[in-house]
Amino acid sequence: MNMTEKYNMPDERGHFGPYGGMFVAETLIPPIQELDAAYQHYLNDPDFIAELDTDLQYYVGRPSPLYHAERWSRELGGAQIYLKREDLNHTGSHKINNTVGQALLAKRMGKTRIIAETGAGQHGVATATVAARLGLECVVYMGAVDVARQSLNVYRMKLLGATVVAVESGSKTLKDALNEALRDWVTNVDNTFYIIGTVAGPHPYPAMVRDFQAIIGREAKQQCLEATGRLPDALVACVGGGSNAIGLFYPFIEDKSVKLIGVEAAGDGVSTGRHSAPLCAGRPGVLHGNRTYLMADDDGEISETHSISAGLDYPGVGPEHAWLKDTGRAQYVNITDNEALDGFYALTRMEGIIPALESSHAMAYTMKLAPTMGKDEIIIVNLSGRGDKDMQTMAKREGIEL
Amino acid sequence: MSRLAAKFEELAKTGRKALIPFITAGDPNPEFTVPMMHAMVDAGVDVIELGVPFSDPMADGPVIQRASERALAHKMSLKRTLAIAMEFRKTNQHTPVVLMGYLNPIEAMGYENFANAAQRAEVDGVLTVDLPPEEGQECRELLKARDIDPIFLLAPNSSDERIKKMDEIGSGYIYYVSLKGVTGAGHLNVADVEDKLKQIRANTSLPIGIGFGVKDAETAKTVSVLGDGVVVGSALISKIEANLDDLARAKNEICELLASMRQAMDERGTRS
Ligand SMILES: Cc1ncc(COP(=O)(O)O)c(C=O)c1O
Repeated sequence: MNMTEKYNMPDERGHFGPYGGMFVAETLIPPIQELDAAYQHYLNDPDFIAELDTDLQYYVGRPSPLYHAERWSRELGGAQIYLKREDLNHTGSHKINNTVGQALLAKRMGKTRIIAETGAGQHGVATATVAARLGLECVVYMGAVDVARQSLNVYRMKLLGATVVAVESGSKTLKDALNEALRDWVTNVDNTFYIIGTVAGPHPYPAMVRDFQAIIGREAKQQCLEATGRLPDALVACVGGGSNAIGLFYPFIEDKSVKLIGVEAAGDGVSTGRHSAPLCAGRPGVLHGNRTYLMADDDGEISETHSISAGLDYPGVGPEHAWLKDTGRAQYVNITDNEALDGFYALTRMEGIIPALESSHAMAYTMKLAPTMGKDEIIIVNLSGRGDKDMQTMAKREGIEL
Repeated sequence: MSRLAAKFEELAKTGRKALIPFITAGDPNPEFTVPMMHAMVDAGVDVIELGVPFSDPMADGPVIQRASERALAHKMSLKRTLAIAMEFRKTNQHTPVVLMGYLNPIEAMGYENFANAAQRAEVDGVLTVDLPPEEGQECRELLKARDIDPIFLLAPNSSDERIKKMDEIGSGYIYYVSLKGVTGAGHLNVADVEDKLKQIRANTSLPIGIGFGVKDAETAKTVSVLGDGVVVGSALISKIEANLDDLARAKNEICELLASMRQAMDERGTRS
């Protein structure tokens, strides 16, 4: 497929080629149109942008460093690896870039109640955090399975004053949390703002969340130029819904020399069927308001997914990634649970940085990629979050009671 | 004229309102559905909405979610739902059947394959919850070319512009969702529905079915005065759920509830 020089996606109604769009029940059309109008307006409002920039600097702690992992690069014997340190943000992941932005929007729109879905709990925590700060009521939907495996984050959300609802329907993971949040939204559309945590959902969410996360790539580009005098050769990021990946990729899309590599969760292995890799092993369909690659059976029923990391355990993916895959601009690979654990230990022991299990997928792929590249080449890996939330999961695997 | 248009015309002539039950195909098992459909016709219903089970029913409350889960546990699918509709049609030529579900099963089958299969099964209408007019042109045209009515939803927050759009592209009837929420939710506010119906009527001449929040003969009667049809779903499915160990009883209770609604609606109908 042909990519024009100027990348200008999505179209007015949120389409990335055949993907994206606004596939929702009628009750949600008015609030989505209202949101789209507000977003288009504030996107160009200097006042809004200034407030957002201030929050990102003083509350989130941006810019996040671009760190040269020298020891790890040397050990792997190939490309120079730079980590974009989103783990150092307030609340410990990239998720807060987006929640700060959407919460400001909610405030300007006069909404008094915030809802969110969460998988690993990072988005839930980031939402509860901004809601606390703005004095807004906050309800977070989380699959019952995830409530159990990310209990630390559940506690953080409760401390911050949010109500955490354990979702017992379906597979009891992220997709079911999203269903339940959508149900809440249709019931409470008048006063409620739904902060979606990734580049999924109906238009304008995929574009809006991307725009809020694109700060990652803008900073990384500038930092890379400052540190090395040139652009990187490859970008690597894990892909759940795809927000940390698109945030890093987006400002580089027109820089054709930069390879964009998204890493999906292969769980037990793509061939086992127990995975969360729709771009690698799924097919197009419609779920949660947009058309994208999905994991579904021949009848179109959504499949259960599996990943060691709750934040990647989702059967869909942002529609822009579907488009970048089809056009060949980005490449999508996958990493198993066991490989991700190798990435987790490697970064921990080589660099003294404990990554989130989600981010560990990107680390694991980097371990494969770096040795195939020259010492003068550069990889930027998105370290999307820190591993504190995963201590229980890891300790349990090692047979340790915390 | 489509079976749906003919049905609403016939009802209008006699001053009666349509009673429209919703059940999920294959709930609680695939054998239950066809006999249940015939029994509902005997109890006095005019149109049947047949739910296509989906793994992620985002617009449905817990009762219909569980109906989907029970059906899917028996490997129910869009294909098998169409087989059920076809089976029903063999011995009933007069009751319109509307498929109600979500888009992804249709995407998986392919729009054209689906439209052909729906035609073979003599389905009369298709309501796809997450396929708004903007995204649905291709599917809609394939259905219309086969005389199948695309049914659209309107909500309490729908604008004049939106209503006009549904009038232009929809046919058969319009399904008015009487409250902001999911299926099976709370109580509808009669005054609100009455106001909204005035706005809707001013912008379309299509028949209006009203659903969400209809629970018993009383609400059915009240709502029937406002619209042209009354849709009842969760209240019926609750009877299945309460009698999973005695499905004959579930069937009886559903028919009794529908008969009581029919009676209440007709009392009102003859008076006005
Ligand atoms: C640290 C971290 N990285 C990545 C993800 C995956 O989300 P996305 O693909 O939207 O970046 C999550 C989600 O919870 C996360 O917590």
